Amino acid sequence: MNKTKIKITNLYKIFGNNSKKYISSVRDGMSKDELLSKYNHVLGLDNINLNVEDQSIQVVMGLSGSGKSTLIRHINRLIEPTEGTVTVDGEDITKLNKMDLLEFRRNKTGMVFQRFALFPHQNILDNVQFGLSIKNLDKSDSIERAMYWIEKVGLTGFENKFPNQLSGGMQQRVGLARALATDPDILLMDEAFSALDPLIRTDMQDQLLDLQKNLNKTIMFITHDLDEALKLGDRIAILNGGKLVQDGNAEEILLKPADQYVANFVKDVNRIKVLKIKTILDQGGERANSNQTVNVNDSIENCLPAILESQSGLNVIDEKNNFVGSVSKNKIIDILQKS
Amino acid sequence: MNLSELFLIFPEMSKESLRMFRKSVDGAYRNFSREYGDTIEAVFDPVLYFLVWFEKLLQNSPWPLIILAILILVYLGSRSIYLTIGSLIALLLIGYFGMWEDTMSTVSIIGVCTFMSIGLGIPIGIAMSNSDRARAAITPILDVMQTMPSFVYLIPVVMLLGIGKIPGLLAVIIYAIPPIIRLTDLGIREVDKEVLEAADAFGANKAQKLFRVQLPLALPTIFAGINQTIMMALAMVVIASMIGVKGLGQPVLKAITNQYFTMGLLNGLAIVALAIIFDRVSQSFGKRLQQHRSGSRE
Repeated sequence: MNKTKIKITNLYKIFGNNSKKYISSVRDGMSKDELLSKYNHVLGLDNINLNVEDQSIQVVMGLSGSGKSTLIRHINRLIEPTEGTVTVDGEDITKLNKMDLLEFRRNKTGMVFQRFALFPHQNILDNVQFGLSIKNLDKSDSIERAMYWIEKVGLTGFENKFPNQLSGGMQQRVGLARALATDPDILLMDEAFSALDPLIRTDMQDQLLDLQKNLNKTIMFITHDLDEALKLGDRIAILNGGKLVQDGNAEEILLKPADQYVANFVKDVNRIKVLKIKTILDQGGERANSNQTVNVNDSIENCLPAILESQSGLNVIDEKNNFVGSVSKNKIIDILQKS
Repeated sequence: MNLSELFLIFPEMSKESLRMFRKSVDGAYRNFSREYGDTIEAVFDPVLYFLVWFEKLLQNSPWPLIILAILILVYLGSRSIYLTIGSLIALLLIGYFGMWEDTMSTVSIIGVCTFMSIGLGIPIGIAMSNSDRARAAITPILDVMQTMPSFVYLIPVVMLLGIGKIPGLLAVIIYAIPPIIRLTDLGIREVDKEVLEAADAFGANKAQKLFRVQLPLALPTIFAGINQTIMMALAMVVIASMIGVKGLGQPVLKAITNQYFTMGLLNGLAIVALAIIFDRVSQSFGKRLQQHRSGSRE
């Protein structure tokens, strides 16, 4: 387990003119509906506690209105919390003064937006450079860094175009390059791929995972799409009505949903595609009578034909080719029956 | 007094107290202008010097040079060869009919008024866009400036500063500055909230946001305001000539009082020609600014 990068503790957000006044009633259990109908205040976040591991992808998932966009904006304090703390590397973000907050945003975080939010009056190079120019870095140095990221996201040759001359997918690549150009530790992605069509979205997800292999950023990724969450997330937090209902890895979310809400969410997911061999691994035990092996981190789907063809199951190995256990048909049938 | 009388005749203040009221306000203002008139005039001296210098520059330079300079500006602004040729013909006709000097006076006062309106109006517009309170305070003032008949505010201006260029300049600016203030405010407020949030997320401070995001994105709207300001300044030329501003307005005024139809028409047409040139140039320049500022393609 890596160390904690972002730690969110007892975070509340109430929208309205007198938010502080109602915080104690909310803490004592006043519901979102009651707060709205009686006092005309909106409960955005209700006692959120979440630890985000360093260099991991933390997905925050929920339907619209669940508070996920509100939550991500607390990390760089685009929204002020009503109560609670957010610490990054042990430093309490909610206590930063104006200048320190600007410095924090300039150096520690990068953000990618759902509708791209590029600067329409600047060309791609200037867009990618924006964060660097805000820091008043040396001009030629920042151009060089911007060009590096433009190349990384595959937009070389477009640096003099303007955002409205690019397709949606290309615009979001610019958004990603802009966020990465300042080399922040934390990447905040607010439904970054939701506005893209499905093929491009898959493309961008692959590209993000590919980049992350070398970058090792701490990424907070907001989405309402469960498939995207399962594909990207090391851990997935699920919000419902401003409350955090579950935080776990893909396997935990799928196999042990915390409540009916999560269960409904994951009902239609293709389990054998998402789950890995290690979920159905019969650890230790005897070697199966087979020469064929499968990798412990492979998805069940990939190994399905081989497992179904084998008589007594297959042997499972880890990355270093060590024997770790075996899998059998029965286990797969078990998993399928659960859904 | 019976009831029907009460409803038929408005219960107005007595003639005597109304006269007293007017007398005391007029007297107070007269005292004020006697006391501070010279000081206020001195404040405007630099503007006056500049105005006179600019007018003389336009009038005393060789006319082909001025025409060339204007045509270059027209072409740079509009990138249209037709408009440039049209401007050339208009300027030659103006000169041929003996209106060159008056036209140069008008161009100089319009130019100075426009620059002063821009210089004052954009900062005021920025302040308005920044605070709803400032907006609530300034908007009614702008309403008054735009709807109050210009003759009414000419009275105190003339009482204070006498007849001449500066009072004329003030009258023109009062009339012409509201659009640029309003459209600066509007343009900045219209900037996409998400784009602003992005600037915030990268740690831009207030000045960086203003100069790198808000003003550039508001520029097409601001330019529409500048266009309006120029047009309104031109419209004030005739009225300003009543308080001694030289230019195309004075012959028009003379034509009205003496019923010289052709004289009025020619000078009127010269004003129209200037208006069309200014309008087309500033509009097509504004349109070119708009090119890439319309957000994403979808």
